[in-house]
Amino acid sequence: METTTWPVLTVLTFLPLIGVVFLLLIRGDEEVVSHNARNVALWVSSFTFLLSLVLLINFDPSYDGYQFVDRGQWLVDDGIGFMMGVDGISMPFIILSAFLTPLAILASWQSVQHRVREYMIAFLALETLMIGTFAALDLVVFYLFFEAVLIPMFIIIGIWGGARRVYSAFKFFLYTLAGSVLMLVAILVMYNIAGTTNIPDLAAYAFDPDIQFWLFLAFFASFAVKMPMWPVHTWLPDAHVEAPTAGSMILAGVLLKMGGYGFLRFSLPMFPDASVTFAPMIFVLSIIAIIYTSLVALAQQDMKKLIAYSSVAHMGFVTVGIFSLNPQGIAGAMFQMISHGLISAALFFAVGVIYDRLHTRDIDAYGGVADAMPRYAVFFMIMMLGSVGLPGTTGFVGEFLVMVGAWQANIVVAIFTATGVILGATYMLWLYRRVVFGRAEKDEVIALEPLNRREIFIFAPITVLVLWYGIFPAGIFEIMDVSIMSILEQMNVADINISGDNQIATAALGE
Amino acid sequence: MISAIVFLPLLGAIGAGIAALLKNDALGYTFSLTGVLLSALLGWIAFITMAIPGIDQTVFLATWINVGAFQVDWALRFDTLTAVMVIVVTTVSAMVHVYSVGYMSHDKSKPRFMAYLGLFTFAMLMLVTADNLVQLFFGWEGVGVASYLLIGFWYQRPSAHEAAMKAFVVNRVGDFGFALGIFALFHLTGSVQLDIIFQSVPDLINSQITILGYAMPALEVAGILLFIGAMGKSAQLGLHTWLPDAMEGPTPVSALIHAATMVTAGVFLVCRLSPMLEYAPFTRDVITVVGALTAIFAATIGLTQFDIKRVIAYSTCSQLGYMFFAAGVSAYPAAMFHLTTHAFFKALLFLGAGSVIHAMSDEQDMRNMGGIWRKIPFTYAMMWIGSLALAGIPFFAGYYSKDMILEAAYAAHTPIGNFAWYLGIAAAFLTAFYSWRLIMMTFHGKPRASADVMSHVHESPLVMTAPLFILAIGAVLSGWMFYELFVGHHWNEFWGRSIYIDPSNHIMEDAHHVPKWVKMLPLFVSLGGIGLAIVIYGMMPSVATVIATIFRPIHLLFYRKWYFDELYNVIFVRPAVDIGRVLWMRGDKATIDGFGPDGISSSVRRFAGFCSRMQSGYVFHYAFAMLIGVIALLAWYIRSL
Repeated sequence: METTTWPVLTVLTFLPLIGVVFLLLIRGDEEVVSHNARNVALWVSSFTFLLSLVLLINFDPSYDGYQFVDRGQWLVDDGIGFMMGVDGISMPFIILSAFLTPLAILASWQSVQHRVREYMIAFLALETLMIGTFAALDLVVFYLFFEAVLIPMFIIIGIWGGARRVYSAFKFFLYTLAGSVLMLVAILVMYNIAGTTNIPDLAAYAFDPDIQFWLFLAFFASFAVKMPMWPVHTWLPDAHVEAPTAGSMILAGVLLKMGGYGFLRFSLPMFPDASVTFAPMIFVLSIIAIIYTSLVALAQQDMKKLIAYSSVAHMGFVTVGIFSLNPQGIAGAMFQMISHGLISAALFFAVGVIYDRLHTRDIDAYGGVADAMPRYAVFFMIMMLGSVGLPGTTGFVGEFLVMVGAWQANIVVAIFTATGVILGATYMLWLYRRVVFGRAEKDEVIALEPLNRREIFIFAPITVLVLWYGIFPAGIFEIMDVSIMSILEQMNVADINISGDNQIATAALGE
Repeated sequence: MISAIVFLPLLGAIGAGIAALLKNDALGYTFSLTGVLLSALLGWIAFITMAIPGIDQTVFLATWINVGAFQVDWALRFDTLTAVMVIVVTTVSAMVHVYSVGYMSHDKSKPRFMAYLGLFTFAMLMLVTADNLVQLFFGWEGVGVASYLLIGFWYQRPSAHEAAMKAFVVNRVGDFGFALGIFALFHLTGSVQLDIIFQSVPDLINSQITILGYAMPALEVAGILLFIGAMGKSAQLGLHTWLPDAMEGPTPVSALIHAATMVTAGVFLVCRLSPMLEYAPFTRDVITVVGALTAIFAATIGLTQFDIKRVIAYSTCSQLGYMFFAAGVSAYPAAMFHLTTHAFFKALLFLGAGSVIHAMSDEQDMRNMGGIWRKIPFTYAMMWIGSLALAGIPFFAGYYSKDMILEAAYAAHTPIGNFAWYLGIAAAFLTAFYSWRLIMMTFHGKPRASADVMSHVHESPLVMTAPLFILAIGAVLSGWMFYELFVGHHWNEFWGRSIYIDPSNHIMEDAHHVPKWVKMLPLFVSLGGIGLAIVIYGMMPSVATVIATIFRPIHLLFYRKWYFDELYNVIFVRPAVDIGRVLWMRGDKATIDGFGPDGISSSVRRFAGFCSRMQSGYVFHYAFAMLIGVIALLAWYIRSL
């Protein structure tokens, strides 16, 4: 393990909290406070992003293990300690979190007008917790961050959300908390058995396969809700619909990735036998998620709900990829998560842009938006095409690799997964067609204001990344290659699946 | 030079895109025309200096996806097959670009249109120069998007964006097969690079793929999956429904994408995969049957349509069927030959139809035309040339290529080859018939348009007629010019490594030695079709209606396009939305939420309500509860004694 001279990772994690302190110190009347709060939040989060780039530049992709490790004494000698570090799996997510937060803050520049200071505090706290979740190298520390993320998001939905915000906020909170309780029990069990909660040590510890079975299920309960996997996905559409635009961006962009990250960080390396055992079940759930939620998306009238359901379908690809247990599947799943983080954030923002103007998410209220907002139509088009996995965008690379991996693990799974590609095109094109195309007939649609500079400034960087990494994804694969290989080596199943063990899930599909 | 050919249209498109934002039409034209004309020039230079001497070249550009064994590069492969496609694509594209300057002159967003055309050309060139299957897929979906954008170019029209979406989704069904085919080949050969796949194919003849317990020959599975992709793009029977609707796009688009280039991508794919398909005989049989059925099926619909563009669209569908069954009997050079000649005369027909539509103030229904041949004699002549080429009249391009295909089908001497031959001959008759039905209805007879429209009928400007003339040269000359090179006795020297036919299969040679009557038959049926159409539609137009009434059920079947759209609506489209709604309301809301969070929370609330009702405050309630408790305790105590 590589240690650094100064605790860059810890600083990065807690930097947004310093911003929170600043925000608390602001004095003055409402107007001044709001104005300053926005600026402080934007500056702090931008600076955090820059610092995360420093981390990226100094990251050594060829190193097999954790880098920038910070250790602190916490519960001394009990095997529980404060420890942070990154590898190729967590690095992309940290950058993603740091990248999306300033954009989310910018996205709420005008749409949030009351309690701006508290709003910004919630977002900066959220950023700290997100980065902490991905950087934690101790199971207890991870658990604390992982659970604490719920609090600011709960507040963001519950206070700045839409009409049914309280119902949605509670549903979101209780759903995810219920899953995590089981994980807490599992953590205690693991501590009892292995005598440590240090993640690298636990990954190296060989748990008894019978215990793995139960531990896997307990962790699965938590990650499946976060992901979300079918049938525990119903909190997501409600949460998205009621959340403010920026809340949706972060929720879809980063929070949904914590489940996938959890599978890669804990389930696969710590419970390898159970992962193989449960792979068929996960394939089945993922396929149901892809087909079921795509069809449900097709029936939606609410733009945000449609995109929320599409997220569940896309996350179905991720779980298929992870449990293909081969390099293409896992790399594809990772890439799909990053890509979805960018694209879904932009799509939710796209909804927010017109919501800010007409205050409705009903698809039928629009139609012919392209006339009044041509640039918006272009950005929305690129993100829509990214979402349907068009080659040349990041969406393609992730989906395609997942399916390459899935075919090697199980052909039937690959075939069913690929139907998602058809269905995905159907609901996204249907959405785009009803909102953007057509003749603008309603007066308020004709009078829509074109994108302003702030909005372009949010779309543009995401668009550039979606296209750039769609054409040259190698830069991202380079970061995670070594870490993915080391997971697979640790699992020691890589060779089994590459040679084509097609029997696993065939049986489970009941055919 | 190869890179320049591919990327110049992209640069043109980007330039035109910027011009669209600046609302500068002239700048848009400058960028896009320069890009595509230079590309076409370089394309011909490359064809002459590289393809004819037989020089193959692969240009590596960058790494695309590299994960474990899955290595995909951005690389441009230039061999004879590519070279042929490059000249077809760049030439037709250049002509269409020039023509569009005139055709779109009244449109508000000209640079946007030019940008889409350039984007399409780039994607198509990426497709034909692909060195691996994933890059081919990139081009494949890229042309799909360009086609989507161009069909929906007039996005304010509901029918236009509906057709655009239909085209994309139906193509996605094909792409689903294509992608699975790529996965299968990667799984079998460990690579997606064409050369490596072709090298490993001979060793895989006996490999099997097991799906749901059924072991199937691996190469056949991969072949069929990839052919599903080709069916989608090339609008073959079953996945053809998007092509006629795609006529909603501006006519230059129909000429470029839905006649000459994009729809032929499926044929190109099949030829490109010849080294693999030669080891997959069952797949080739499927290709032959589907191709032959499409050829006749689309022709029957073409007989009855009234929209001038739809007639030509079904004709395209039908001609693509010919190309497929040629490839299916291993006569890949014949398929490519017909692809090339067809590109010229079909683009000519479409642009000619565009010129007619332009002259008739945007009228497309042939029932409202007639009697205009004197007013637009040049267009009229061009349509004749295009139709003569399509019908396969001697010395016009189609004569060489279509006859070659029919001869090859006959020479295959297999039941399936014969099947294709019979259907092909029948379709040739229908083709000639509907072509002259079109000419007669459009140009001859009494004018059926309003006087106002008739007074505006005018010949198109030079910028539109010049491309027509150049394409007409192609429609006349490309047949005999390329005959020896493409399908002559030394076809092997020209195509080199790019097309592989099993050495024991002498189809190309046998096709030249079929009996005289086989060679002559297509000509006679075509002449018969032309004659009949002239008699019916030129001399006694009322007969057509009479025939239609007598054979009403058949006519209706053809006219309603064999009810494919209606069927698909009932089987796929409506159920998908309905199932979605049911899953949402009954699945998510009633079941998952009902038993899950909402159910739990309401039972908790009920339980809490019950508990709070228990705390009623009345002493006798408590006393009663105590009594029950005491009795229960007593009972338990007594039992345990």
